[in-house]
Amino acid sequence: MNDQATARQPAGPGAASRPGLAARTLKAIGLLRESKAAIIGVGLILFWVLLALLAPVIAPYDPLKSNYAALANPGMLTPGHLLGTDHLGRDMLSRIMWGARTVLTVTPVAILIAYVVGITLGMLAGYYRGWVDTLISRVSDIILSFPVLILYIILLSTVGPSVFNIIVAVTLAFAPGIGRIVRGLVLDLRTAEYVAAAQIRGETGPFIMIVELLPNARGPLIVDACLRFGYTVITIGVLGFLGLGLPPPDPDWGGMVSETTALITIFPHMALVPSIALSSLVIGFNLLADGLREISMRD
Amino acid sequence: MTVFILKRLGLVVLTMVVSSFLVFTLNEFSPGNVASKTLGPYASQEQKNILFERLQLNDPVLLRYVRWIGVLTGVIVDPLQDPVLGLNFHDPRGDQYFGNLGYSTLYKVPVNDVIWNRLGNTLALAAIAFAIILPLSMVFGILSGMSEGSMLDRTLSYTGITLTSIPEFASGVMLMAIFVLWLEWLPGTSPLMSLPEWSIAEQFVLPVLVLVLYDFGYVARMVRGSMVEVMTRPYIRTAILKGLPYRRVIMKHALRNAMIAPFTVILLQINFLITGVVVTEVIFGFPGFGRMLLEAALFGDITLVEAATMVAVFIAVTTQLVGDIGYMYLNPRIRFT
Amino acid sequence: MAGSATPTSDTPVLQIENLRVSYFIRAGDIPAVLDFSLTIKAGESYGLVGESGCGKSTVAMAIMRYMGIAGRVVAGRILFEGRDMASLGDEELRRIRGGKIAMVYQEPYSALNPSMNVGSQLMEVPMIHEGASECDAYDRAIEVLRDVRMPDPQTVMDRYPHQISGGQQQRVVIAMALLSNPSLLILDEPTTALDVTVEAAVLDLIDELRRSYGVALLYISHNLGVIRRVCDRVGVMYSGELMEEGTIAEMFAAPRHPYTMGLFGCIPTVGAEKHTRALQPIRGQVSLPHQRLRGCVFGPRCDHAQAGRCDQGEIPLVRTDGSGHQVRCLRWNDIVPSVARATGQADHGAGDEVVLHVDGMSKFYELPERSLRALLGGGAVRYVKANERISFDVIRGRTIAIVGESGCGKSTFAKVLTGLETATEGSIELHGRNIATIPVQQRSSELIRTLQMVFQNPDGTLNPSHSVGWAIGRVVRKFGLAKDADKVRARVEEMLDIVRLPAVFASRKPRQLSGGQKQRIAVARAFAGKPNIVIADEPVSALDVSVQAAVINLLMDVQEKFGTTLLFISHDLSVVRYLSDHIVVMYLGQVMEMGPAEAVFRPPYHPYTEALLSAVPVADPTIEQTHIRLTGEMPSIIDPPRGCRFCTRCPRRIGEICDTVVPPEQEPVPGHRIRCHIPLEDLRKIPPVFTRVAAAAE
Repeated sequence: MNDQATARQPAGPGAASRPGLAARTLKAIGLLRESKAAIIGVGLILFWVLLALLAPVIAPYDPLKSNYAALANPGMLTPGHLLGTDHLGRDMLSRIMWGARTVLTVTPVAILIAYVVGITLGMLAGYYRGWVDTLISRVSDIILSFPVLILYIILLSTVGPSVFNIIVAVTLAFAPGIGRIVRGLVLDLRTAEYVAAAQIRGETGPFIMIVELLPNARGPLIVDACLRFGYTVITIGVLGFLGLGLPPPDPDWGGMVSETTALITIFPHMALVPSIALSSLVIGFNLLADGLREISMRD
Repeated sequence: MTVFILKRLGLVVLTMVVSSFLVFTLNEFSPGNVASKTLGPYASQEQKNILFERLQLNDPVLLRYVRWIGVLTGVIVDPLQDPVLGLNFHDPRGDQYFGNLGYSTLYKVPVNDVIWNRLGNTLALAAIAFAIILPLSMVFGILSGMSEGSMLDRTLSYTGITLTSIPEFASGVMLMAIFVLWLEWLPGTSPLMSLPEWSIAEQFVLPVLVLVLYDFGYVARMVRGSMVEVMTRPYIRTAILKGLPYRRVIMKHALRNAMIAPFTVILLQINFLITGVVVTEVIFGFPGFGRMLLEAALFGDITLVEAATMVAVFIAVTTQLVGDIGYMYLNPRIRFT
Repeated sequence: MAGSATPTSDTPVLQIENLRVSYFIRAGDIPAVLDFSLTIKAGESYGLVGESGCGKSTVAMAIMRYMGIAGRVVAGRILFEGRDMASLGDEELRRIRGGKIAMVYQEPYSALNPSMNVGSQLMEVPMIHEGASECDAYDRAIEVLRDVRMPDPQTVMDRYPHQISGGQQQRVVIAMALLSNPSLLILDEPTTALDVTVEAAVLDLIDELRRSYGVALLYISHNLGVIRRVCDRVGVMYSGELMEEGTIAEMFAAPRHPYTMGLFGCIPTVGAEKHTRALQPIRGQVSLPHQRLRGCVFGPRCDHAQAGRCDQGEIPLVRTDGSGHQVRCLRWNDIVPSVARATGQADHGAGDEVVLHVDGMSKFYELPERSLRALLGGGAVRYVKANERISFDVIRGRTIAIVGESGCGKSTFAKVLTGLETATEGSIELHGRNIATIPVQQRSSELIRTLQMVFQNPDGTLNPSHSVGWAIGRVVRKFGLAKDADKVRARVEEMLDIVRLPAVFASRKPRQLSGGQKQRIAVARAFAGKPNIVIADEPVSALDVSVQAAVINLLMDVQEKFGTTLLFISHDLSVVRYLSDHIVVMYLGQVMEMGPAEAVFRPPYHPYTEALLSAVPVADPTIEQTHIRLTGEMPSIIDPPRGCRFCTRCPRRIGEICDTVVPPEQEPVPGHRIRCHIPLEDLRKIPPVFTRVAAAAE
């Protein structure tokens, strides 16, 4: 119905000009306002992004430096340590901020690479079908049937934990799933007549995939990416918790929990604070994904 | 139908072979690694030489993989049990039998003596959790999917999102803080031994709770989503405008169609529960399969890792197979074509 | 009074008084139906006509009191057998739904539950409404399935919806509706999704059943021809209001409202000779109820609207005489229906240069075999013969139409022609060069430019991510007609002008356009590369009637302007009749008949062509049609009949020979070919399907 309404509007010069990047960003934010979940999600994410960006400036202490005086009384709200100190006397607040920095740099890189690989494979499988599809789908099935956490454990315990290896592991675990989604989308989109029109026009496969198909798949992919962001944050936390995360002493939320779980009956804040930090960031991503999906359904 | 199942069975075998080969290659690619991990860090060069010779570690990976399959199927003798190595490995079942998974260097017992026991514990944990998750998430998912946008629906939706966002170790820590530290109702560890103050049943409560919390939201949202979609379908309108009572519309017309999509997802949860419990088991010191796998991987117990992965993959692919068959059964469009 | 009145024989079955329905959404309330009244007497059949968005389906759902959370009756009331529907409690409402009022839907497949078999979906109706036992319910279901002419009812009961054909699915839905002996049956476009021969049979069935069951009908459709066939009275809706109402005879002979007249002017008449009457499109786009301006809703599109008069206040519905003919127009009395104009389009010269020579072209698809035996290597490979030995010539600048029902292979032919598929055997010569086996990837840019296409679905034909200017400009660039940005833009604007759209449309995205505008862009895109041949695959079948005519005329104008050859693929014989010079009739992958349009529409016919023509719903009351109906289902293309493809359903089958021997091609006049065993002299004796009778009224 809205289509009709806009179609009938007199075509002023304003309607004709192509909206700039800034205008489109504003429009996207305007859209987000329609969902409470999305706003809360974005708020949570922005909160952590800001803390991470400003960590070097606003963190009260060096996250790696122990304050041996604090060891006697590491609790929260002690003078000078808002969130207390950990089992080595390091300031929790500073470590949380620097930990946000770690997780918020590794996650986007890992997600980006996983998407590049996944989208490529998915589009090839969905567009060309035939043996390309069979090959890609079979290999994906095998990787997907492998329990993810076990995949991580085996991979990282043999090659050793490092930022690079974690990114490789995330890519390996995610790309098949992303590929499967993209393949499904492409299988659906490729039946559209504009694809046939492009083929009849003699366009090449890569042109059709990138110019004709990919832009129309972006909606569901953005929602999926938000979910995977949250899931990757969890994964990096879990790996840290299992001792397969980033090597110490770099502050890593999962690692912080694992180092202090044993002390939970005495100093619960040491494990609780990073647990809550991590959960809130994930909730942010998941709420945003849910809000985006809700908004996209409404149109 | 038969063709489909045969094809799927073929795929199961293929998946098992490929994944076990990949795990084998990953672990045993460098023979030096194998030697040092098997013999421990203090082994002499002489011991290593004997091991190299007995295990024929200089052979190509593929050949060694075939030999590993040979040991597994009882065609050849397990070389690690050879007394010459001085490892003192002794399996009462003998050194050549079908299903020989090898000898664990971590636990110093045959893999068969440790793995099934641990798997049993995990299965018990997973079964209890699943028995709670399934009805709970179905009921809530269906109820909120029936009335999209209602108070119940929104509450469930946000609860679900929050619960699935909290990783198991975080919820474990939080639950421990509440029930162990503050209320002192439950034990903080679950070694499944009769502790003086805590019964075995009480030791199960927290691990089960962690699993339920993490998984419930996900499954319930899945069921809800499918139900919401089905409720907008024209055939539901047909059923209502046929004058059927609302109960009948839901029970006879909506439910079956709404279960088709989440069915596979729900089955995959069994897989997730059995293999994804690593974190829960680690938090509570639960003697399960997942923690065993993690410890073996961190220790470098190659034999046990390889065996455990095979078991895990086997569980994964069989649940998928069951899922596919069930999907076909639920969906007449696939059953009769 | 409401809710308790006992229905007497004169109580109307349905009475709608000044109904107003709105949808309440976040942006506010959107009216869908405004001041709508209607009366249907017992056993009467009432047709409600209108284009998409006019509110006709909302009326149906309002009667059923099923409008979702957002929809609400704002004013007026609906009386069913004298009882106000709004006063009914949930339980009473449930008993009426499916018990007293039943519905038949547009898409039978999605209206049936995919995971329940047909039997249980039918049986639950008497079990719920009459408390019938399972055994009785089964017998009743079988009985009604027989009534709807379902072959082999027992077997169908155990089938799932996806296992039966579209026509059978609709019969099941109709049976489901009749099982409770309702007094009102609401049919919402029940035949729109069906093929024309199936539609004709279903319409016959509806007409017959309404008499035998004594049920009143509310028949909703966009197709005037269909309404004419099954209804006694008709109401025309536009933008949420009733524009005109009267008996079929009055309305079709002498419509009073300019919109009704306009609708008739938009429909090509299958019985008329080509070029005797040009289509007169209604200008502009269909306006929706919430976009209405002051005064007459149709005013902005009306040729007779008078400023200062028609655009002032509410326009009342007035009676034209004592008979109950009503019209919502201030000028109904003083406007003269515009006389049908001749097209003025002369026959294209005597050019006879063959641009496309199709010779024995076949396209077989290998059937993926899923049985165990095939997997192990045994068993013969089976083929789907989508196109078999197709031969015809296309003359430069002419329009050739390929006609047939779904599954006849017409779209496969387009795929082979454009190189999306390659032929299995035979040849297609374009300017003397065989292109049947060259896939599009291997075709030269020049060859690709020569052949372009317009598609069916306006919503799918343009990429939603790209602007109109990009879509047309891409073609211009791709075929090297212009290189630099300014020249490309100039060419884009020129093409927009040719399809009569303003240049600002270049920056619009497809979602900002209406269906008709999208199809115009699709035409512009197809012609932008100056092709020699344009294939149009059902280009107007998804458009509203009033927009359809404008796009057809546009297509013909553009074709003439560029001297392009048009290959028009369609199932709609009226449209085909209107614009084509040559016609190819296909059935199950084979050409049944082909020849000049005039020859194909006149005896001798192929029996299939005859059946097709007889099935077309005709809105023109001056045309009479013979009654020929096909029985049975179209055979599976995997396992077609050995002899004549049409033998299993042919009403003129002459014997064994039809089943076993492939029929010869007979040529009554040069260029007109019929593939049939019946001797030409017998075919010549078949009476014409269409005869013109003197207009009934006036």
